[in-house]
Amino acid sequence: MAETFLRRRGPELFGAATLIASALVFEALIRGGVVNRYIIPPPSDILLAFERVIVEENILTRCRDTAFEMIIAGGASVLVGVPIGVLLYRSALWRRAMEDWIGALAAAPIVLAFPLFLVLFGRSPKTIIVMGFVHGLAPIILKTVEGLASTRTVLINVGRSLKMTQSQMFWKILLPSAMPIIFTGIRLSWTFVLITIVGIEYLINLGGVGQLINELAERYDLPGTYAGICFVILVSVLFFLALERVESWLQPGR
Amino acid sequence: MSISEKPPLAQEPALVVDDVVKRFGRGTEIVTAVDHVSFSVQQGEFVSVIGPSGCGKSTLFNIIGGLLSEYEGAVKIGEERISAPHPAVGMVFQEESTFPWRTVIDNVAFPLELQGVAKSERMDRAHHFIDMVGLASFEKAFPSQLSGGMKQRVSIARTLVSQPKILLMDEPFAALDEQTRLLLGDKITQIQQELNQTTLLITHNLTEAVQLSDRIVVMTYRPGQVKRIVDINLPRPRTSDVVGSDAFGHYVAEIWNDLREEASRGMADSESAASRRAAHG
Repeated sequence: MAETFLRRRGPELFGAATLIASALVFEALIRGGVVNRYIIPPPSDILLAFERVIVEENILTRCRDTAFEMIIAGGASVLVGVPIGVLLYRSALWRRAMEDWIGALAAAPIVLAFPLFLVLFGRSPKTIIVMGFVHGLAPIILKTVEGLASTRTVLINVGRSLKMTQSQMFWKILLPSAMPIIFTGIRLSWTFVLITIVGIEYLINLGGVGQLINELAERYDLPGTYAGICFVILVSVLFFLALERVESWLQPGR
Repeated sequence: MSISEKPPLAQEPALVVDDVVKRFGRGTEIVTAVDHVSFSVQQGEFVSVIGPSGCGKSTLFNIIGGLLSEYEGAVKIGEERISAPHPAVGMVFQEESTFPWRTVIDNVAFPLELQGVAKSERMDRAHHFIDMVGLASFEKAFPSQLSGGMKQRVSIARTLVSQPKILLMDEPFAALDEQTRLLLGDKITQIQQELNQTTLLITHNLTEAVQLSDRIVVMTYRPGQVKRIVDINLPRPRTSDVVGSDAFGHYVAEIWNDLREEASRGMADSESAASRRAAHG
């Protein structure tokens, strides 16, 4: 019984234990003066700051705002990125012409282009969402192309032997077969989207958790700043848990 | 030698392979994979095509399955020349070809889904064929939960569910161990006899070919030509017990005599190609 529980929950318990142990090590190093508490506050202070950022700084509302921007930008990346990936897969000419450029887009520090987006969309959530969307687009396009192209030939031959139409072939074989790789692209994309959204909120001092972290840092409230960062991690964890659910629903048996 | 207990075969062949030639490449680089190959398969007959690697077996499989449309000669079902996948031919591939995102029953029902068969009917028919291949208790399982042999049985059931006139199989047990192969051979024989299914098996496995077939088409190494067609007069109904009989050993030895020279040529060819590659760094 205990053995089964450990086998099933062991990795999670080990992860939590590592986190707690790291916090205790930092606590000891900071309290012992080895690490400067004005650079990294003691984990116990960060823990105590949670109540303050929730009650006084209204962080849950800010998390909601960030999550909303994330849903719009991440969702749009999927809705636009997957069809572009499909088009590139279908056209060898377009694929050869565009693939390198899209790869470069994925690697580009788009956050630094925020003044341009500010001019185009003003200091509003629109800027944050559009920048998140642009940054999240490339991984989905590239992974969609890769996923479709890596469909096993034998599965395509099964489709051909059954005289499937192009449309049946796409919806019933190519897309389901590409799904695991497309989801890898979505995971990468949403990481980019979240980094960009929180980063732009911080830079233009607008919106959700990013803005709050900016304000707390300006006030030199380091425990509060780190508590805010913990909430960003929380938003990220929630999104990836939701994505995992969708993935296992769309890809049973994998 | 035992006398065949199989009922007499119908006169009209289910499949005719008539003087088929397939060449690949251009100019001086032309390779003839299949060279004037002719044979026929009668209704309800189990025929195997055997030959060493490189004799054009898979090319022949693709031509008969309609996956290779450009070739000389004719592969005919009735009066119709095959140049595209034909509904009368059901194909089972060498590689594992189940859909990992579908359960066993959904995999097997897949061809019926494409044909627009109502859900209840396609589930009934899929259930019947899953039962036939011995996977009744795995209907809700996903391929990732099955062994290699079980996955191939799912592929066979998926092909049979459309009730094709001709079952065309390309080394479906190639990746399996010998014992599983023998047991699956029993299953195939049982199904073939139950359905009186016309079957053409492409294989390089001698014992498998003798265990299952009524006739064996022995191919030469490149270019692939028919070297000999051997009638296998082993009794039916047949099980894997037959592999212990003298008659079985006699057939294996006889066909191996034909194949040895071809397999040696194939091996020598592969070795010289490897030497050339090594010499060129």
